[in-house]
Amino acid sequence: MLKVAYYPGCSGQGTSLEYDTSTRAVCKALDVELVDIPDWSCCGSSPAHTVNHVLSAALSARNLAQVETMGMTKAATPCPSCLTNLRTAAHKMDDPEFKDKVNALLDVPCRNAVDTQSVLQVLAENVDPELIKGKVVKPLTGIKIACYYGCIMNRPPEVMRFDHHENPMAMDNLMALLGAEVVPFPLKVECCGASYGIPRGDIVHRLSGKLLDAGRDVGADAIVTACPLCQMNLDLRQGQINDALRENFRIPVFYYTQLLGYALGIDRAELGFEKLCVDPRLALGRIKQPQQAM
Amino acid sequence: MRIGVFICHCGSNIAGTVDCPSVAATALTYPDVVFSTDTMYACSEPGQDAIIQAVKDKNLDGVVVASCTPRMHEQTFRRAVERAGLNRYMFEMANIREHVSWIGKTKDLNTGKAAELVRMAVEKLRRNRPLVAKRFETVKRVLVIGGGVAGIQAALDCADGGQEVVLVEREQSIGGKMAKLDKTFPTVDCSSCVLGPKMVDIAQHPNITLYTCSEVESVGGYVGNFQVTVRRKSTYVDWTKCTGCGLCVEKCPSRKHPDPFNENLCNAPSINIPFPQAIPKKAAINASSCLMLTKGKCGLCAKVCPVKCIDFEQKDELVNVDVGAIVVATGYDLFDWHKYPQYGEGRYKDVITSMQYERLLSASGPTGGHIKRPSDGKEPKNVVFIQCVGSRDKSVDRPYCSGFCCMYTAKQAILTKDHIPDSQSYVFYMDIRSPGKMYDEFTRRAMEEYGAQYVRGRVAMIYPKGDKLVVRGADTLAGTQVEVPADLVVLAVGAESAKGAVQLGEKLRVAPDQYGFFVESHPKLKPVETNTAGVFLAGACQGPKDIPASVGQGSAAASKVLGLLSKAMLESDPAVSRVNPARCVGCGKCIQTCPFGAIKEIQDRFGNPKAEVIDTVCQGCGICTVTCPQGAIQLEHFTDNQILAEVNALCPPKMFANFE
Amino acid sequence: MQIFNLADADQGFIDEVEARSHQNVKTCYQCGNCTAGCPYTFVYDYSVSQIMRLVQTGQKDAVLKCRSIWLCGSCQSCTTRCPNKIDVAQVMDVCRHMAREEGYATERSVKIFADSFLESVERHGRAYELGLMASYMTRSGRVFTDVDLAPQVLMRGKLPFKPHPIQGREQVTRIFERFRKGGKNA
Repeated sequence: MLKVAYYPGCSGQGTSLEYDTSTRAVCKALDVELVDIPDWSCCGSSPAHTVNHVLSAALSARNLAQVETMGMTKAATPCPSCLTNLRTAAHKMDDPEFKDKVNALLDVPCRNAVDTQSVLQVLAENVDPELIKGKVVKPLTGIKIACYYGCIMNRPPEVMRFDHHENPMAMDNLMALLGAEVVPFPLKVECCGASYGIPRGDIVHRLSGKLLDAGRDVGADAIVTACPLCQMNLDLRQGQINDALRENFRIPVFYYTQLLGYALGIDRAELGFEKLCVDPRLALGRIKQPQQAM
Repeated sequence: MRIGVFICHCGSNIAGTVDCPSVAATALTYPDVVFSTDTMYACSEPGQDAIIQAVKDKNLDGVVVASCTPRMHEQTFRRAVERAGLNRYMFEMANIREHVSWIGKTKDLNTGKAAELVRMAVEKLRRNRPLVAKRFETVKRVLVIGGGVAGIQAALDCADGGQEVVLVEREQSIGGKMAKLDKTFPTVDCSSCVLGPKMVDIAQHPNITLYTCSEVESVGGYVGNFQVTVRRKSTYVDWTKCTGCGLCVEKCPSRKHPDPFNENLCNAPSINIPFPQAIPKKAAINASSCLMLTKGKCGLCAKVCPVKCIDFEQKDELVNVDVGAIVVATGYDLFDWHKYPQYGEGRYKDVITSMQYERLLSASGPTGGHIKRPSDGKEPKNVVFIQCVGSRDKSVDRPYCSGFCCMYTAKQAILTKDHIPDSQSYVFYMDIRSPGKMYDEFTRRAMEEYGAQYVRGRVAMIYPKGDKLVVRGADTLAGTQVEVPADLVVLAVGAESAKGAVQLGEKLRVAPDQYGFFVESHPKLKPVETNTAGVFLAGACQGPKDIPASVGQGSAAASKVLGLLSKAMLESDPAVSRVNPARCVGCGKCIQTCPFGAIKEIQDRFGNPKAEVIDTVCQGCGICTVTCPQGAIQLEHFTDNQILAEVNALCPPKMFANFE
Repeated sequence: MQIFNLADADQGFIDEVEARSHQNVKTCYQCGNCTAGCPYTFVYDYSVSQIMRLVQTGQKDAVLKCRSIWLCGSCQSCTTRCPNKIDVAQVMDVCRHMAREEGYATERSVKIFADSFLESVERHGRAYELGLMASYMTRSGRVFTDVDLAPQVLMRGKLPFKPHPIQGREQVTRIFERFRKGGKNA
């Protein structure tokens, strides 16, 4: 059974609670053990690295040191922003001078012996697709899904080391495995506006608006994401976007783990569909129910 | 001996940091030196004349010149010394420029070092022996590898110069990339119209033997006497009978394999003649898609052929050719643009390469010369050209400029306007490189007369929206990001070395550079020669270049060949290894270690095995002299004694005394 | 429009940007690929390739006082596609660091947001979303930010009302304190 240290990320306790619960649920169903990092702290997200790189790395390194204390070498997080901070910190700490500067800020020094991956990568690289296919009880037949990865999960490729940096396919492959019709989405890695929602909402309106427009253009019934910020910008702010751009988008935006959980027949209480702002039934209603055995 | 020493000032190049008169004075104290002087420019005419005069006046039998690197002027001074009546190998050079004055500034240290180097040269010269070059005949035949425009020009010039020529071409027809083009810049001449006559000349020239669908299998021998084996691949058609009538092509039912001549824009029948002006105009079968060859069915072509020349049993044929010189004109390939995933990696049908666009423009292409979008066959309105795809880009290991893309893009923009008057072309560029004759005027015409919108900036991504492709680029001159909804996107892909070039280079002993282009002897002064005697380069295989430059190099290579073969006999370098049969025990180790296969086993008059050096093949590397356990093989002009004399000249006499 | 005197180039500024970002800005040949892909260009005053140009020509004031560096989303489009393999996003980040250190805050709301976020982290060890919103609103005076989202958020229970301070929050506080004590480059 695969075991990884789990770093949920701050929004997992709040605005992306459903991502956290559905991630835990699907990992359990697929025999991936997530061991919570005790007393984890915020990685600093975008604000930290825009102030100073040593500070940002230190906030991440505190958590990496915790993983080291757990005696583990592999960590996973569902949030790409946390991921890029944890990976960038490890990458920069390969330079001994930088590592010393970082450790000077910490109570417990970090050895830099932990490799962090996204939960998506852990699933894509370690779980046999046939296993997933075998466990599907509610195939997603009948809906057209556009997979949106967000800008930083796979970029820059030298640091993130996962999927293709222009045309990633991990979620596409997963959704196709679950029976959905995956439509090619031309703006897979185009930024949604990130954390500018609060200080500069106009940025998110325009950038996320473009993504919704592209989704509509390719005929998607739903957009599937793997990032709390992307999901929030596209879903929670869809109304704002409609107002700002005089549009009428009505496209549900799911976390891939929610749809994966649905297909695996996991209890809906763990998937958090009720947290979604744009009515998920617009998409879920299109799923053709499997024929009932007589 | 009576040795004369000449210390060159080389203007201030050497004299600036070396006290030449002082070195000359010191040299006079060396054993066997009877004359020593400094001179301003030893290599100049007066300088050489002074050396010759000194040899005559002072009755010298050996000369040392201390000046620049032997790579510059060893030949110059050897010839001078020969004119003075001495054997050219009774001459030594001390490099006091690159090895002394160019690497240090302290005058007294430099002067001391120069004096030591002169001493070493003198000591070697005292052990030198006169050497006489051997002469050998050459085969009056040339091998030209590659039938593109450079190879064609080289072949025609050599043939017109009276040599027999064997032209070997890998594809089914000669013509290379130029045959695929619609029009050529800057004259907008029809490419096949200007190339066609030359291709026909090749076919009809009495001195030229043409092998297409053929490759060079192996090369042996040395300059003037190469033994080449050519593999003529089976075409499954007897070309001695085929008339090129094309009936088989018409009737072939298997049309599944992508047509390489048309850049995979359409499929070709399994038996095919690549294009109407093909030379030779003969059909050939593609074995991987032919129904008879893969499944044993069909055979329609054999049935309809009026001269019954289809032969499904045909095998490859090996042909041996002896030649005196080889011209490599293997051309280039285009960059694989799938390395730019931001342009779609092949997922978007309406993003094509410049060569694919060329086939769309061409009347003999898959659309009969009508520009149509590959996706839906509609005529495009907005055509976007993106330059520098795979050129000037470190991130894909192509930092060099390919040199012709700016020009061909301008041509394609002009032709687009001709074909579709209400179209609008956009060209995204970083710089415009148009250095040739009438070239800049041509690119300006595209902008000024043909309305092409030139935008300075790269393109970051292309993505589909509806049935158009959004091209997102930058206009750095306006200072902002720009978007264009394109109907068709043409990528100006750059040149890279031809596939298989590096492997061919190994057979010819021609080195490739880090990008696979062949290395010339000197980038400025010897662009068509290689460091392997008798092998010459022409065209894009030496580096990306346009048609006039390729044609120029074809003629240049031919002139080198004609010069080489015009001599009745060639001289071989006498500084080769020589076996002393008395000391040789016939162990054969030298034969095994020689990288050039220049040593063979013979039997002496008692029937004992002995080694013997093939003078003309030996390159003078010296590996055999190190290998021989008996010291029986020595490299002339670099014998153990000669080299050790130099070493001993450097080490202080005391150490030498202790050693004994 | 600003006229630059090229001989006034601040070499020290260029050196500092290069040292802190570990990038050689001379390898930039101003192709514009970064600007072409940058989704934030529409709110910039200088495009990202122009920022690179200003760094190349040592125009420190123009760079540190501009708006663009505050609005970069660090989306990595530029870095990923640069033909000369320059980490452009790092250069932008470093310029933002330097602007902050010199006391510039051309996009005030962005700076206030970042400060509020980090203050929340420093205090609780994690980002307490409601708290940092409140802090942002008070400091920026923008009390109506995202008020329209309140019903949705409350109805769906998307924001916890209380922070989850972690046990090791003082460790996190100390990270910040040591950072501040260490000077601008820590």
